Amino acid sequence: MSQPTLPSSITLDSVEFAYGPKLPTVIDMPSFELGAGESCFLYGPSGCGKTTLLGLIAGVLQARRGTVKVLGEDLSSMSGSKRDAWRGSKIGYIFQMFNLIPYLNVRDNILLPTRLHSSRKPEALERIAASLGIEGLLDRGVLELSVGQQQRVAAARALIGAPPLVIADEPTSALDAAHRERFLELLLGQCKEAGAALLFVSHDQSLAPMFHKQLSLPELNRAARVELV
Amino acid sequence: MLLLSLAWQSLRNRRVTTLLTVFSIALSVALLLGVEALRVSARESFSSTISGTDLIVGARGGGLQLLLYTVFRMGTATNNVKYESFEEWSKHPAVAWTIPYSLGDSHRGFRVVGTNENFYKQYRFRKTRKPEFVTGRAPAEFNEAALGSDVAEKLGYKVGTKVTLTHGIGAAGIMDHDDKPFTVVGILDKTSTPIDRSIYITLEGMSAIHVGWQGGAPPEPGEEVPAAKLKKEDLKPEAITAFLLRAKSRIDTLRIQRDVNNYLPEPLMAIIPGVAMGELWSTVKYAEIALEIVGGFVVLVGLLGMLVAIYTTLNERRREMAILRALGAGPIKILALFLIESLMLAASGCALGVGLMYAGIAALQGVVEKQFGLYLRWQGFQPEHGVYLGLVLCAAVLIGLVPAWRAYRNTLADGLSVRV
Repeated sequence: MSQPTLPSSITLDSVEFAYGPKLPTVIDMPSFELGAGESCFLYGPSGCGKTTLLGLIAGVLQARRGTVKVLGEDLSSMSGSKRDAWRGSKIGYIFQMFNLIPYLNVRDNILLPTRLHSSRKPEALERIAASLGIEGLLDRGVLELSVGQQQRVAAARALIGAPPLVIADEPTSALDAAHRERFLELLLGQCKEAGAALLFVSHDQSLAPMFHKQLSLPELNRAARVELV
Repeated sequence: MLLLSLAWQSLRNRRVTTLLTVFSIALSVALLLGVEALRVSARESFSSTISGTDLIVGARGGGLQLLLYTVFRMGTATNNVKYESFEEWSKHPAVAWTIPYSLGDSHRGFRVVGTNENFYKQYRFRKTRKPEFVTGRAPAEFNEAALGSDVAEKLGYKVGTKVTLTHGIGAAGIMDHDDKPFTVVGILDKTSTPIDRSIYITLEGMSAIHVGWQGGAPPEPGEEVPAAKLKKEDLKPEAITAFLLRAKSRIDTLRIQRDVNNYLPEPLMAIIPGVAMGELWSTVKYAEIALEIVGGFVVLVGLLGMLVAIYTTLNERRREMAILRALGAGPIKILALFLIESLMLAASGCALGVGLMYAGIAALQGVVEKQFGLYLRWQGFQPEHGVYLGLVLCAAVLIGLVPAWRAYRNTLADGLSVRV
């Protein structure tokens, strides 16, 4: 499925990261690669640097050593505010749970990225909402929604404005098995339709077969292996 | 724009806290402006105790003292003004009118003022108001008296009541003018000025009760002159205590003042009421400053309430910050979001506070005037009120920086992870 004409979505090269000069190294990854439009299942049990890795890829954290290239940009060469703007316009992000701003309704939550970044266009709202089955909820308050509905709203927000990369940090861990597969199908389908690469992190390996590529973070991250010993 | 609407919706989401915070800021702002209005009203009330009078003339002595015993009916005069001098100045071509005051007697603690019809015609206070009768009329005969409204109210006197005056301003008793009682013929309307606390008789009345008195001592027993035997020439006043003067043209005021001060027949002095009142008022400057400081602290307390209200939400909002962060809002935007919330709270607090102040003054005006004789009013928006509100907003931003800075630090530390 990967389109060879496009640059790879994510390239990590001998990346090292620690939260402080005297704190232990959390990430030590010789390499990591995700092609454009590719969907990747990253197996990540807790404590292996999963959130840190995602922070590095999203440009919230900066590597101490090595290069992090995402969507063709070398993140270490960008200023903090530029990285923020870049992340907002190019990356859709889904958290494990509580993805939504409680005081905004469903529509405003989904449209938030488009209001923060003009490059993300709001036109596809109805279509995305319909394909995720939440078109009837748009004017509801987010606190009235079930967890499954909330996650679908979060997916819609990640997908609106067609960002080239979607990062999902254990988005299904709060869902039961039936909803989990349904949600994943919808997410994968929408990413495929939009041509977005999907980096999906989970500790639930039963979902892995649905992706193009399956990786294991403890194997990629040498720092995690040290800790596991 | 987005930050504005986010801040607004976030505040709306926490309705109760928001309303309470806004209300507490509003109360403090209302109090600050209210204190200001009170301060200016007090000064206004004070300085408008007397209007339309260009000069107060009395025997040479302290200017402040002259002001106190004429306008405020406090303290006593040490010397008198000869009646001939008064008449001469009354007829002076540059003088429009004069009001004589003959003081020194009292009735149950209230001062007695001997004056003439000019007092009822020409005296002005609060710019244009003059003494008006609720019932009855001005005293015309030597045994008639009019009462200020406080006197009538406190003593329960009505038209027709007989009043015995006391020599001096002590308690009734030894030196009563009980041989010549006065009849109340009129009661003045409430003015909320010292006018209310006096009894008014004619200059002739003042002379009548002192017929036979020598050097401030009552006549020997047997030498009293009964009212029925008073001759017309007995009633002619010999001296008054002071008089108010209005120049035909205000330009002449300073010249007349100089001439009065250099008046050869007897040592007199003239003071300009506004100037003397200003001097007197400046002695209570400290009270004004204290009021202002208290007002400032009240606002500070209101704003600290806001700080607490926002600060306590910081932890529960860390997730919200992480979401905004993931959506590409930089830490500066997060900081701005919190600052905007503080500003919104403070601005609505100010707006509501101004409203509360208007409502409060409207509600309290009557009570305050009745109880304290102070005409409380809002003098309209002055530049300094804008400065006050601006300072409140600046203080709100400064105080709002505390939670905003904390949120900023949190977002930097948390990144996309959320510690709840």
